[in-house]
Amino acid sequence: MEELSRILTQAAGELIAPTTAAYVLAAIGLNLHFGYTGLLNMGQAGFMLLGAYGFAISTIAGSPLWLAVLVALVASILFALILGMPTLKLRGDYLAIVTIAAAEIIRMLGRSSGLAEWTGGQAGLRGNEFKDTFAALSPLPDGRTAIGPFEYLNNGSDSWWVRIVGWSLVALALLVVWLLTRSPWGRLLKGVREDEDAVRALGKNVYAVKMQALVLGGVLGSLGGIIYVLPRAVQPDGMARSMTFFVWTVLLLGGAATLFGPVLGAMLFWAVFMLLRAGMREGMAGTLAPDQVENIGGLVVGLALMLLVIFRPQGILGNKKELAFDAR
Amino acid sequence: MPDETLPETPPETLPETTENDVTEVTEPESTVEALESVERSDSAAAKAAEHVLATVEPTVGVSKPDTILVADGVQRRFGGMTAVDVDHLEVQRGVITALIGPNGAGKTTFFNLLTGFDKPNQGSWSFEGKSLAGISAAKVARNGMVRTFQLTKALSRLTVLQNMQLAAMDNPGENLFASLVKPLWSGTEKRNAEKALEILSRFKLDAKKDDFAGSLSGGQRKLLEMARALMTDPTMIMLDEPMAGVNPALVQSLLGHIQALRDDGMTVLFVEHDMHAVRHISDWVVVMAEGRIVAEGPPAAVMQDQAVVDAYLGAHHDTDLGDDSLLDPAVLARLEAEEEKR
Repeated sequence: MEELSRILTQAAGELIAPTTAAYVLAAIGLNLHFGYTGLLNMGQAGFMLLGAYGFAISTIAGSPLWLAVLVALVASILFALILGMPTLKLRGDYLAIVTIAAAEIIRMLGRSSGLAEWTGGQAGLRGNEFKDTFAALSPLPDGRTAIGPFEYLNNGSDSWWVRIVGWSLVALALLVVWLLTRSPWGRLLKGVREDEDAVRALGKNVYAVKMQALVLGGVLGSLGGIIYVLPRAVQPDGMARSMTFFVWTVLLLGGAATLFGPVLGAMLFWAVFMLLRAGMREGMAGTLAPDQVENIGGLVVGLALMLLVIFRPQGILGNKKELAFDAR
Repeated sequence: MPDETLPETPPETLPETTENDVTEVTEPESTVEALESVERSDSAAAKAAEHVLATVEPTVGVSKPDTILVADGVQRRFGGMTAVDVDHLEVQRGVITALIGPNGAGKTTFFNLLTGFDKPNQGSWSFEGKSLAGISAAKVARNGMVRTFQLTKALSRLTVLQNMQLAAMDNPGENLFASLVKPLWSGTEKRNAEKALEILSRFKLDAKKDDFAGSLSGGQRKLLEMARALMTDPTMIMLDEPMAGVNPALVQSLLGHIQALRDDGMTVLFVEHDMHAVRHISDWVVVMAEGRIVAEGPPAAVMQDQAVVDAYLGAHHDTDLGDDSLLDPAVLARLEAEEEKR
């Protein structure tokens, strides 16, 4: 019984975990790409990794927090521009191919020994090297605080401070996306998603609109990347293709083209994923090795993504009626 | 047995004859009736158009008194095939010009070239005296030449009203940064919505304004696309096969709407492959065949033109393809030889 309540507490903790907030931010970005504009970005993890590197490397080089964040954001803007310029004039599939490849290139560059002086190579960058400026900003007193079943350090790696900042950023991102998507600009995004030639024939600069969406979503991805690495280290192999697919699962689970879909999707995804893994670890301690538990967890996520796309493509919050007209 | 005689017919006449048969059989009277009952608008604009064009000689490449669109030496080749090869075409302002021709004549390709959706291998064309060569499709539209598509492009998962509002030009809310501040665009948005509802009611779509465009019927989508084009306040409107896939009842009102556009002072250029659909409403007809313009003139004159008849029916359409061919000893001998082989 005590085991059960520990597993449940662990799973519930995922609801407010910094990792969840990071995924929400990345999924909100992907929602701008895919849900509203119809851009198939298969490399959101690349934007996240770039944000993480940009933040960590510039902090280690001695820049203050604001500059480090700015570097991360500018890096992702440049990345989006480089990816978008050749592909956004072509059909949607090309962006998918280029983004998945480009995200891998970022990861490969990060772990290559040639750049190890800055990126730490395969081992990555340890958390203590780059989180001092962020921790120093915390107004919270040292110590631990318990709210309900959740007890964390006030400051430090996996702390209340990271949670507060992470979820504040989520709230800010939601506000911005809400303002954008109710506006004529948001309507333009949806128009491009439905049929870009029709929008072009009405005199709109489709290329510019798609580029703006790609950049904005990428910026949100890199913000998510920063939040993701604050409680841990920057490890290129931990932010690979599977991360992109987790973000996709989060988005499709919650419901693409809905405001709160990414939030609900990420919370549910991580709580269930944790429940599954913690349950297996406790329940089948003798039969499964820890890495097998991780593998089976990943397998279940893949299966869930398939079932979701087949049986409930609109996600939890999506509008079934709206999806019914996807006849092209 | 009849099947065996088919390969003997000159190949170029085959598609047209069968196609005509098919349309006549499936839609015996209603389409014809629908088209017959369309009356030519007797508005001042219609009469003015007729009057002005009466002085123009019906020859290919003729110059018109008040041109809005001029194309010169426009060529588009796909590999070895020349899809469009137009030496000179002028389109008169304020009239309905129909661009007709059999399937594969290059009408839609020519249309795509004019509207910036495709790039020609060579040639120049200008709209209101301004060269449009190398200009993007969006800029062409912003210059006042707005098009619709043969396969209707309704923005399915937007409502009818949103489709209309999206089409309005110069909305400050379509700027990424201005879109965050509602007071900057709410006024424009309100004016656009009023204008949209007015146009929608003209097209009898106002009751559907909150429905998703994807839930409309094919004909309603055509109407919506036309209404949407009107939201941009075009000086010239380009309709690509507006009657394709629309039921006879709607064809009438569609043709009425096209005439109304001209009566409102717009220039209309529309593509159609059915000759009969155009004769009532168009002021001037341009006929394309195999990428070239083979005739132009007022509808009645063009229909009599030998080049047009040849383009539509094939140059050998007088030759009897029936049983007489069987009387040819060579054909009979060949058929017998085929029978022997079995």
